[in-house]
Amino acid sequence: MAELAYREALNQALAEEMARDPRVFLMGEEVARYDGAYKVSKGLLDKFGSARVVDAPISELGFAGLGVGAAMVGLRPVIEMMTWNFAILAMDQIVNSAAKLRHMSGGQLRCPIVIRGPGGAGGRLSSQHSQALEANYAHFPGLKVVAPGTPADAKGLLKAAIRDENPTVFIEAELLYGLKGEVPEGEHVIPLGKADIKRPGNDVTLITWSRMLTAVALPAAEQLAAEGIDVEVLDLRTIKPMDEEAIAASVKKTNRVVIVEEGWGYAGFGAHVADFIQRELFDDLDAPVARVHGLDVNMGYAENLERLTLPSTARVAEAVHKVLYR
Amino acid sequence: MPIAIQLPALSPTMSEGRINKWLKKEGDKINSGDAIAECETDKSNLEIEATDAGTLLKIVVPAGGTAPIGGVIAWVGKPGEAIPDAPAAAPAAAPAPAPSMVAPAHAAGAPPPPKAATAPLPPPKPKAAPPKAAPAPAATGERVRASPLARKMAETEHIDIATVSGSGPNGRIVKRDIEEAMSAPAPAKGGKAAPQIFRAAPGVRVPPTDLPVTTMRKVIAQRLTEVKPGVPHFYLTIDVEMDSALKLREEAKQQELKISVNDIVVKATAVAVRRFPRINQVFMGDRIQQLQNVDVGVAVAIEDGLITPIVKDADQKGVAEIAQEIRELADKAKKKSLKPEEYTGGSITVSNLGMFGIDSFIAVINPPQAAILAVGKVEPKVVVRNDQMVIRQMMSITLSGDHRVIDGAVGAQYLQELRSLLEHPLRLLF
Repeated sequence: MAELAYREALNQALAEEMARDPRVFLMGEEVARYDGAYKVSKGLLDKFGSARVVDAPISELGFAGLGVGAAMVGLRPVIEMMTWNFAILAMDQIVNSAAKLRHMSGGQLRCPIVIRGPGGAGGRLSSQHSQALEANYAHFPGLKVVAPGTPADAKGLLKAAIRDENPTVFIEAELLYGLKGEVPEGEHVIPLGKADIKRPGNDVTLITWSRMLTAVALPAAEQLAAEGIDVEVLDLRTIKPMDEEAIAASVKKTNRVVIVEEGWGYAGFGAHVADFIQRELFDDLDAPVARVHGLDVNMGYAENLERLTLPSTARVAEAVHKVLYR
Repeated sequence: MPIAIQLPALSPTMSEGRINKWLKKEGDKINSGDAIAECETDKSNLEIEATDAGTLLKIVVPAGGTAPIGGVIAWVGKPGEAIPDAPAAAPAAAPAPAPSMVAPAHAAGAPPPPKAATAPLPPPKPKAAPPKAAPAPAATGERVRASPLARKMAETEHIDIATVSGSGPNGRIVKRDIEEAMSAPAPAKGGKAAPQIFRAAPGVRVPPTDLPVTTMRKVIAQRLTEVKPGVPHFYLTIDVEMDSALKLREEAKQQELKISVNDIVVKATAVAVRRFPRINQVFMGDRIQQLQNVDVGVAVAIEDGLITPIVKDADQKGVAEIAQEIRELADKAKKKSLKPEEYTGGSITVSNLGMFGIDSFIAVINPPQAAILAVGKVEPKVVVRNDQMVIRQMMSITLSGDHRVIDGAVGAQYLQELRSLLEHPLRLLF
């Protein structure tokens, strides 16, 4: 297996899917000539030409709508948002068109579109550019939401998202693009809706996704192992549909849960995970479900404030101690 | 429609029962006749048997929980059937006969309703049965704080969660507390962890701890509180020379017959009752019931309580047979497996505290009986015989009588006869 950066794994997935299926095309701001703001589309223009790798004007609502229209007539668009913060401008197309076309047309139309781009903090980008917005999209029926945390998962899930018949919100992370990891070559497709145990353990389950996996959960697990606490790390990978089976299996084993998410806690996606656990796994719980999430404030620009706002290994360790009554 | 399983009256005196453990779990198929749960009544542990087949849909009263007679403890029906929301309230009537749904597990072998002749019920009391609300789970006293997992584990392991102390926030019982309880030295019968006894360092004041009131303790407390002021007691004490009886025991030993002093006392008690039938009466308010059989209750101390199994027709049984029977009954009593007919009724009770070194004491009458004998230890004492001081093996017997049916003179004559039988055990043969 080759060791690739997260951005290279995404690039490979795009290139493979575009080669496999001529209906697949990429559109977004600076995706063609500039190779993408984060170099995810590097080399694709040369490989597939300007008809399939399209630079769009700075008009998120416009080119998202163009993508929805293309999907309606049988193409399989991949729309790159420079960040999910900018996709807020395209919310109407994503929520009111993409998510609802199948329903509004009584099943006559499909919308196999992938909207992708980085979410979460990018490192001193302040409040407008540091938002983890997956909970927003998970809220709407009709959308699938994916948030891979490793290069291999990024490749496997993007390929699956492109092949899926439903509109998929694909959330990457600026701070993940350089993350390296082994990535299977060729036909590596990870079904949507399947979580993955990134570290098996017996004492407590950390449920997480996206960047929090490698930035916080796994390092915290290492740190806690030194104290003799055997932490299981469950990477959801797909936010919606959520892998309830995997969550249940892990909670039944460990009886204690800490949910780690980068976004805000208030009505955050972790609240939905916690709700599922208390509802379906009540008798398997030895402690209330704990959550570690971004603080309920707008992100400060200052590095120290950003650090304090985001989840940290220390906060995860504290929550783990709490659910273990230590 | 799902069918409610109601708590049957498993003993004539029970008013509520505590589910010790479920023998079936939700989702299990049950056939009529299957034992579905084990219930602790005021006296013993009995199995509850289903008479309706189906799937056990829901357990309403979990292990450790208590329900009044007639209270819904579970539902049976077809898989997937919805359970009515409000659990049916207990019937307003006081301890009713077992509802048709269920019967005590030994119903096949029949615990007949106590026969008037041998096992009279206590005089009926105009007792307003408080209409009990829906069966409340567990609950002797305060709500126990425990994690859901801890509760489930306690149930599976048959640990009374009320006896576990919690190490979590607000005293919450969590997994590790149950694991600790599981690894603790095997608890005494009944699955209850022995209450811990802390010894305070000198000068340290340790606050009292609360222990749960078991069903048996509740019944003992309630019934004896009724008996003492309700039944006018009078007391007669007599000293008995036991030399001959001890000699008899020695001779029996040589014949390899294991009998105790108490076995001889039980036999003599019964024979004396046969000769003084007025001891064998029950005051019924408007009439006096004359019993025809002589059944002697033997008080047996068991964990956290006592019970008086009955040696039936003790006057007609040999001492060795009585000895054997008492051993078996005491064993069952300790295992809490006595059936109601084995401890209900009786003519008179023998309570012996001699083995604890007690010289003499006064006992509380065990209703519906009219008398009880409190027997002390056998001890060599200096007594006067023919104006000479001699040493004799002496034992004191104190009779507590129900003055409503027994008068002092009758009680005294009875004791005289009893003493004569014990001092001349040969008379037991005639």
